[in-house]
Amino acid sequence: MLNYTFDWSIITSGQYFDWLLAGLITTLKLSTISIILAFLLGLLIAVMRMAHSKPVRWFALAYLEFFRNTPLLVQIFFWYFGSYKILPAFINDWLNKTGFEFAAAAIALTIYTSAFIAEDIRSGVLSIPKEQMEAARSAGFSYLRSMQYIILPQAVRITIPPLVNQFLNLAKNSSLAMTIGVMEMTYQARQVESYTFKGFEAFTAATVVYLVLSIVITALVNLYNEKVLNVHKAT
Amino acid sequence: MEPLFNISVITDNFTYFMIGRFPHGPLGGVGLTLYLAVVSCILSFFGGMILGLLSVSRFPAVRYPALAFINLVRGMPLLMVIFWMYFLLPALFGKIPENNTVILALSLFTSAYMSRIIVAGIDGIPKGQTEAATSTGLKSWQVMYYIILPQALRNMIPSFVNQFVSLIKDTSLAFIVGVSELTHVATQINNRTMAFPTEIFAFIAIIYFILCFAFTSLSRWLEKRLSWAKAI
Repeated sequence: MLNYTFDWSIITSGQYFDWLLAGLITTLKLSTISIILAFLLGLLIAVMRMAHSKPVRWFALAYLEFFRNTPLLVQIFFWYFGSYKILPAFINDWLNKTGFEFAAAAIALTIYTSAFIAEDIRSGVLSIPKEQMEAARSAGFSYLRSMQYIILPQAVRITIPPLVNQFLNLAKNSSLAMTIGVMEMTYQARQVESYTFKGFEAFTAATVVYLVLSIVITALVNLYNEKVLNVHKAT
Repeated sequence: MEPLFNISVITDNFTYFMIGRFPHGPLGGVGLTLYLAVVSCILSFFGGMILGLLSVSRFPAVRYPALAFINLVRGMPLLMVIFWMYFLLPALFGKIPENNTVILALSLFTSAYMSRIIVAGIDGIPKGQTEAATSTGLKSWQVMYYIILPQALRNMIPSFVNQFVSLIKDTSLAFIVGVSELTHVATQINNRTMAFPTEIFAFIAIIYFILCFAFTSLSRWLEKRLSWAKAI
């Protein structure tokens, strides 16, 4: 450590800067695709979790418990190494053509995050007074239509801050995609380290990027809480 | 025709999955996973306690650095923390076994989250307790040590168990620096046998699930019991 000379120029310009930038773009791309899919899937699971039919409810519960209680890394490995046996052939072909690492990471992140989002949405729905549902039902809406038009639009409004936090978690969790060779932020930092032996600078760069991301997103959530939901920030 | 799934790869390597080469060699598999999680949990309890107390200190010169550190760690992915440790510790202290590097990384990372639990627990105790204790003449550290923490810690037990579940899941990242816990053992067996990735990774997912679900259920049970005790 004592003989170490810092050389920040390698990460502020040139080839290694380009690598890190490409890594950041991949991280954002992976997180954005996954959060959109995870939101839709989470919404579906949350509605199933509150359905009247017992088998549907049990399925949703099993889904939630299973995917929340297994490590994301294992899920990534499962989809990357093991999914070819359980997916139909045409999906496997398509995945191989479109870059399987990215797709496997996106599938794993989507499913993992959807389990957390489903619980966020559920607690959002539970915070809506149950008279709303009763009123909707007595006005002639079916269960699904009351959900669609009355309950969910209100619940999602409350759920936006936890959802944005899930996006932040997703951005951090997407670093695990490096283990299967997706060239995201952490992968590139590691890459710069092994090419230049300037680990300190490379890891600092990646750390700063993650921090800026989390500071900006946390600030946005606080702003939304204050301006839109009129609550004071929690922490 | 061969069956779609072949579980002989699991039964043949079952002991290796569970304890690695122990007792003839280093502990591995599920045994090492639990060892890493338990040791990191104990260390991060104390780390979190220190960080938590510092972050509610009356003195801004203590409070702000502690808060900055907590938010720094919470803003980073765990993988990044592991890389930092893997890279910095040998540079500062010479060679350190990988197991210890991972334990330190996990403890540091989890301490930051533990500190939030501890602060929330302290905030959850009514202000009247502090005022009453202070008015009997206790110093502020005595108020914290004898009055607030014993009550707060009891309420925090379910959150600690949840944090332990996260730790069990997080130990899987030790794979990246070559520590032979369950995930690493699985990738080893997968590389050796080549043909059964689906079976292997589904199997370890189930193992992790059983471990984590047991503790999640424990935490829910404790939560119910504690709220019942409080209601009395």
